[in-house]
Amino acid sequence: MLFARGNVQALADIDLDVRPGEFVSLIGPSGCGKSTLLRVIGDLVEPTTGEALVNGKPARRARLDRDYGIVFQSAVLYDWRTVAKNISLPLEMDGWERGRRAERVREMLELVELTGFGGHYPWQLSGGMQQRVAIARALAFEPALLLMDEPFGALDEMTRERLNSELLRLWSMMGATVVFVTHSIAEAAFLSTRVVVMSPRPGRIAGIVEIDLPQPRTIDTREDPRFFAYVTEIRELLRRGGTSSAAPGDAALAGGGQPG
Amino acid sequence: MTPALERSGRGALLRDLRAGVRTLGLSALLMAVLCGVWESYRWMGQRLELTWPFEINERTMPHTWDMVGQLFEPAQRNGPLLIEILFDAALFTAREALVGFVLGAAIGFAIGVVLAHSRLLQRGFLPYLVASQTIPILAIAPMVVVWLGGNGAPAWVSVAVISAYLTFFPVAINTLRGLLSIDPRALDLMRSYAAGWWPILWKLRVPASLPYLFTAFKVAAPAAVVGAIIGELPSSIQDGLAGAILNFNQYYVTSPPSLWAVNIIAALLGIAFFAAVALAERLVVHRRPENVA
Repeated sequence: MLFARGNVQALADIDLDVRPGEFVSLIGPSGCGKSTLLRVIGDLVEPTTGEALVNGKPARRARLDRDYGIVFQSAVLYDWRTVAKNISLPLEMDGWERGRRAERVREMLELVELTGFGGHYPWQLSGGMQQRVAIARALAFEPALLLMDEPFGALDEMTRERLNSELLRLWSMMGATVVFVTHSIAEAAFLSTRVVVMSPRPGRIAGIVEIDLPQPRTIDTREDPRFFAYVTEIRELLRRGGTSSAAPGDAALAGGGQPG
Repeated sequence: MTPALERSGRGALLRDLRAGVRTLGLSALLMAVLCGVWESYRWMGQRLELTWPFEINERTMPHTWDMVGQLFEPAQRNGPLLIEILFDAALFTAREALVGFVLGAAIGFAIGVVLAHSRLLQRGFLPYLVASQTIPILAIAPMVVVWLGGNGAPAWVSVAVISAYLTFFPVAINTLRGLLSIDPRALDLMRSYAAGWWPILWKLRVPASLPYLFTAFKVAAPAAVVGAIIGELPSSIQDGLAGAILNFNQYYVTSPPSLWAVNIIAALLGIAFFAAVALAERLVVHRRPENVA
């Protein structure tokens, strides 16, 4: 897969398999194309060559079938809609009838612990609450795949850690596959079953770290020595990423093709 | 609960009411100050016998109270009060302006939507749109009257069309701007739902551009009133405010405050149109308070 915008090649030779139910993080310095890769999966941009398969079908088909939900760095809530109406937006697009929509919205509000805030407008909520609404919106129609583009990047460290735990709780409940873009090493190590480390110019995979920490992960996970070992491993990969041709650490990664 | 949450509900209504009363009080105060300035300048000018920029007398600067007082005098001996005549005239003009405003806003909105969906049309069409507004309305009005009048349409319909001509432009330009000023990620979200252009238009572009639209409506509403008054001139309609203006223009030498009185009524009509739009905006647009112009 290769993605070029203007004369700048954003991605080259990306070959990545994500298994159902996995939580995969894409991490790397700015400009490594991790967000672009996410947008390729969501068919929000088209790769110049190669293709992305989602649920075994081309990304375009998957988008048209509404196979994934997406969460951006900012909540991107519609200002003129109440919280409840924002969550019900994808359901409206899917043609759900009113009663069923209201029922699902209630469930989702409960799930992200915002019961009672349905009638509020987005600008009346804190940043962390807004992002929880965005997650509820993305999960409302139970997509098989959840794409998250630095969803907690704009939040303070404490809110971020709390939302990390909440996200894992939702993930284990819904059983969706998650592809998660981040630039926080600790966040990637804490959340993921696998961390894909990327290097820039052009964006490519520098290595993959399998995170074999027990589920469910809790506050204690963050103090587990193995957690620190993974953090160190990811950091090392990031540091060497630009220069070394780090050997792929996972069978699912197969290098190949000609660089751009 | 954060303090921000108190913005909704009854507290907000009370605060709105209080803010409204304060605005009205401020406007009244400002009006009093302006009248004071007018009267003091008049008094000083007469004392100093100013001849520049103009000589000050009953004709050039009637007393403010005479202008208002004139409204409550009979316009003709034993006839109805001037304010009654002007009220009827204002109603007549208001109907033309309202129809013109709605027509112009609808056309302007439609043009904005079409142009927002085609960059090619935008490039080709926009210069003509701008050019349309450089033609003096007085040059177009007689043609409209001839075209529509020839088909037996009542004269006020031509006036409404002329009024629409002044209305559609700001609405078209602002609709276009509003529809194109969408957060790209809000658009990505819609694309992730595989939404077509129709739901994108009605669930995203139009609601997101409501603040732009209402800004346009606020400009266009008083313009519609001006358009209606100007449109009445070549249509030789006597029942509207233009008739009153022409009439009192002729009698200006004998009764200067009358024309000023008409101006007051015309201004009030324009303000009423503006206020109606502002009220509608309050009811329709629920935005972050600081984002509402």
